[in-house]
Amino acid sequence: MATNAGGLGPSSEVSVRNLIRSFGPKGVLNGVDLDIAPGEFVALLGPSGCGKSTLLRALAGLDHDVRGSGVVKVPEQVSVVFQDSRLLPWDTVLGNVTLGLRDHDADARGRRALAEVGLSGREKAWPHELSGGEQQRVALARSLVREPKLLLADEPFGALDALTRLKMHALLKDLVAAHRPAVLLVTHDVDEAITLADRVIVLQDGRVALERKAGSAVDHSSLRGELLEALGVHAAA
Amino acid sequence: MTTTAARRSATIAAPRPKGDAGTHQGVVVEPHLDPALTSRPDVRPTSRRLGPGKRRRFAGVVGPAALILLWVVASATGLLDPRILSEPWTVVSTAGELIADGRLQENLAISAQRAGLGLFFGIVVGAVLAVLSGLSRVGESLIDGPVQIKRAIPGLALIPLLILWFGIDETMKVLTITLGVFVPIYLQTHAGLRGIDLRYVELAQSLGLSRAGFLRRVVLPGALPGFFLGLRFAVTGAWVSLVVVEQINSTSGIGYMMELARTYGQTNIIVLGLAVYGVLGLLSDAAVRLLERKALSWQRTLAG
Repeated sequence: MATNAGGLGPSSEVSVRNLIRSFGPKGVLNGVDLDIAPGEFVALLGPSGCGKSTLLRALAGLDHDVRGSGVVKVPEQVSVVFQDSRLLPWDTVLGNVTLGLRDHDADARGRRALAEVGLSGREKAWPHELSGGEQQRVALARSLVREPKLLLADEPFGALDALTRLKMHALLKDLVAAHRPAVLLVTHDVDEAITLADRVIVLQDGRVALERKAGSAVDHSSLRGELLEALGVHAAA
Repeated sequence: MTTTAARRSATIAAPRPKGDAGTHQGVVVEPHLDPALTSRPDVRPTSRRLGPGKRRRFAGVVGPAALILLWVVASATGLLDPRILSEPWTVVSTAGELIADGRLQENLAISAQRAGLGLFFGIVVGAVLAVLSGLSRVGESLIDGPVQIKRAIPGLALIPLLILWFGIDETMKVLTITLGVFVPIYLQTHAGLRGIDLRYVELAQSLGLSRAGFLRRVVLPGALPGFFLGLRFAVTGAWVSLVVVEQINSTSGIGYMMELARTYGQTNIIVLGLAVYGVLGLLSDAAVRLLERKALSWQRTLAG
């Protein structure tokens, strides 16, 4: 695991050095360093406005008009899952999944990806005919059909109800285990971060404030308390 | 016990026969399989319905039919002087005569050809300009201003110049229609295109779509609702421009037929011409709407 933030070794899939981004006079990211190893699942926590989404958008290359500096190295194959499923309403479910695929077997791959997220048979449906959870599963299929080396997810389950969210956690875990991309999950849900990630990072005032290993070897309740403390929630554990 | 409930809802449906509840005891009956369901009371709270409700068949015919009925009644009762407006039956018999000697079809064919060609070129020009101006800042600064200027100039005012440039043959007529048609197509398509949610543009970027792919999969389908709105204006506009060019200088077409009738004081032919324009306008609008419903079936709107 590339927890040594200083090393720029070939082992890291993502490497970010001294990343600075600002909207107007206010700095949003004030020198962020981040490494993600191949296949590693990193969760990014932080209060609203701490720069989580700005960091993710910088990695996705979606911040053309934002001023800043620093070095960002990401693999060629990057997929993004947004908080809204962001399906084109005028395209069918399958059309949305294969959007931008140029190979001749795109349809077959799209169908396989839909089967993987449990949506076989809904290929011809319009997005508005699906439930919120189903729409987000289509968005997952769309990002994984590209076989990304890096999956960026910006609060992908934030708009879902609690039960659907738990099902989506299990699905995402299975999908990540099958495809092995490096993952950066932006979330405000501490439990989501602990259950899913190998490593949790807390971002505060545009800097990495805390970095902890998660996963099965770690005591979840003490990690949860520590993360909540770092996020400024002083609740009894 | 069903007695109180049944009595309360007696005005809505007949109460179930006595003893019926006993025969079903312990048996689970699927609601939709139960034949007694239709005779059961259906009492439910209802909220105020705010949408226009379900689409009804032939709903579009009601208004025009009422208008014709009014005309028939006014003529039959003598309320309407035939010298001011011919009776409907005179117009029908005139139509019969003109069809018999082939004049109506002939003039209709040439009119339809002009409108069709003008519409076709107008759609192509309007749509292409809208995409160019909608997707590039250079295109916008070059195209949008001149189109807005053209929009401010009435189509009629251009005809003298067009006659000087192109003479009075078909080119001038089709061009006049084209100039009238492309403006609404441009305006509405451009507005539709600019109204595409920025989030979809971001999505296309994150998926690495090519420019062509972005145009085909995001821009064009996203601008389609606006385009269809423009098309409905354009189709009606094409018939309007047609009347103008055919009545000013022409030796054929429905407008010419009407202009000739004016010279001889034949109200019946004038009214027939108006009726033909009306029917054409109604039919073409219905055709566009049908096309629109097919093409935009992904939309979920009040139209239903």
